[in-house]
Amino acid sequence: MSETTYLEAIRDAMREEMHRDESVFILGEDVGLYGGAFKITEGFLEEFGSDRVIDTPISEAAIVGAAIGAAHMGMRPIAEMQFIDFIAPAFDMIVNFAAKSRYRTGIGAGIVIRGPCGGGARSGPFHSQNVESFFANVPGLKMVAPATARDAKGLLTAAIRDPDPVLYFEHKFLYRRVKESIEPGEEIVVPLGEARTHRRGSDLTIVSYGAMVWKAAEAADRVSSEDGSEIEIIDLRSIRPLDIDSIVDSVRRTGRLLIVHEAPKFGGFAGEITAQVCEEAFEWLDAPIRRVTAMDTPVPYAPTLEDQYLPQTEDIVAAARWLLAY
Amino acid sequence: MNLSSLGRDDMRALYRFLVLTRMLEERLEILFKQGHVVGGLYRSLGQEATAVGSAYALREGDWLAPSIRDAGALYVRGLPPIAMLRQYTAREASPCAGKDNTTHFTIPELGLLGPISPLGTQLCVLNGVALTFRQRGESRVCMTYQGEGASRTGASHEGFAMAAAQELPIVVILEHNRWSFGTPSYRAAAVEDWADTAGAYGLPVRSVDGNDLLDVYEAAREAVDRARSGGGPSVIVAETYRMLGHAQHDSQKYIPPEELEEWRGRDPIRRFERVLLDDGWLSEAGLAEIRDEVDRELTQAVDAVLSEPHPPAESSRTRVYADPALDPAEPWTRTLATESEAR
Repeated sequence: MSETTYLEAIRDAMREEMHRDESVFILGEDVGLYGGAFKITEGFLEEFGSDRVIDTPISEAAIVGAAIGAAHMGMRPIAEMQFIDFIAPAFDMIVNFAAKSRYRTGIGAGIVIRGPCGGGARSGPFHSQNVESFFANVPGLKMVAPATARDAKGLLTAAIRDPDPVLYFEHKFLYRRVKESIEPGEEIVVPLGEARTHRRGSDLTIVSYGAMVWKAAEAADRVSSEDGSEIEIIDLRSIRPLDIDSIVDSVRRTGRLLIVHEAPKFGGFAGEITAQVCEEAFEWLDAPIRRVTAMDTPVPYAPTLEDQYLPQTEDIVAAARWLLAY
Repeated sequence: MNLSSLGRDDMRALYRFLVLTRMLEERLEILFKQGHVVGGLYRSLGQEATAVGSAYALREGDWLAPSIRDAGALYVRGLPPIAMLRQYTAREASPCAGKDNTTHFTIPELGLLGPISPLGTQLCVLNGVALTFRQRGESRVCMTYQGEGASRTGASHEGFAMAAAQELPIVVILEHNRWSFGTPSYRAAAVEDWADTAGAYGLPVRSVDGNDLLDVYEAAREAVDRARSGGGPSVIVAETYRMLGHAQHDSQKYIPPEELEEWRGRDPIRRFERVLLDDGWLSEAGLAEIRDEVDRELTQAVDAVLSEPHPPAESSRTRVYADPALDPAEPWTRTLATESEAR
């Protein structure tokens, strides 16, 4: 068994799918000659050639647009956003073209748009954002955000094979920090829309995704060792489709819910989860639903500022204790 | 002019497509006034020759993405006229099944990619179709259209950049029709000649009289042949004029009357009729016969469409995702608290 990092898992998923299916190809900025800004596609140009590893102009709308057109022809394109922040120039293509295509015309747009999201790398306002809520209100899209190396591989494989547009948010803080034993060539497919229980517990449910799963886990371990309370952590893996059944099932057992995400609070995805849990499991709640999120500001650059901006383990511990004492 | 490939049958067909485009829209105007058209009606009056002449240069297997004033190109590519009537009257059997309007449909069997209302975007998407042709080693070609207004969008500029950098087999018809909704083209770019804007991408550009069908065809043929033989993308600037307002609700009172009058004298159908008569391709009687035939066909089509149903209300929730289980639950309700209660 070799240890595979989150980043290597993403690379392996793409390479293995490209070997398995000739219609899979990659396009984006600096993905070929340079090998990707984070070296995820290093060696791909030599291995697959310039027709399947395509360096594009700095034109995110053109990148996503070309992916849609290729998907209409039966191809399986992977469009890379160099940083997920740069998805903004492609917003029109995603929400107006890709998301609505099947509904309007009956012809789907099975594309993957993937890119590094998230903070903690001291990268400032334009290389650190989490954009899921920009897209959460758009029917027709799917969104995933893996926390583990296995899920990074399994969700990407499933996304590539999916017939609908999937936004794949890979957290850059996890790229080289998270690793797991994965056999080389091991096929992993994690179905979209299925959450994973990261930790079992009976006193409080934390719902999270992406890098925040690890901070939630740190907080849960501390609460367990210091207070003796056991927190259950649901790692959503998929943001849309949302596995509301797994959330509700856990909340019905624990009676308490804390939602942790790295994006800002106002209009953040925690609001949607809160509303659905209120609709589906209000009678089972023993306490108000709480949210731990980033501040409602842009992502700042200086470490002192970014640490203040990002949800920290202590914030999660404090919110958990408040809920457990309620 | 290199028209040796066009024979009498071609000339008849081209004339038929021209008058079909115009007469169908005249029918739609009546249907609009009768309240049968759902939403807006976007006419191509005055621009028919650009759409028909360019699309006629394509072959089976090629792809085309129109803008809203290029209905004529769709008939050339094999779209049954009744489909456009269904589309504007929002029938269940329309290409969009009542879920979108105008030319916004995608029909792979006919090689048609529908545009969306945010302009300039279909060039980016058609690039992907052209890219696939190249990846598969196929000698197929793409053609798309945009007004000079649409050419100012970021998507259009990005689409041109990608097409040029990847040397894709694609032909862009830039329809300089002088007006984008209520804004004259001199308020959209500081150029006298719109070929200068297209030239910035490093692509071959050719300007044509967009109201001269054979001029358009000849330029399109050259561009399509170039793309098919690996010569990459090119641009045709068609000088034409939007003879009606942006849509049926637009009285176009902002347009100088003398400008309209000047262009009325350059009507593309009258001009093509003159060529057909002067060069002996067809007689007056021959032209009238084609018009009568189209008129009969349209009468039948209109009668048929008006008896067709609109889509059932419950179909509004379907086809969001490939997996029907991900579409809104049936029955969709806004009043019950939860979907599980609704079930």
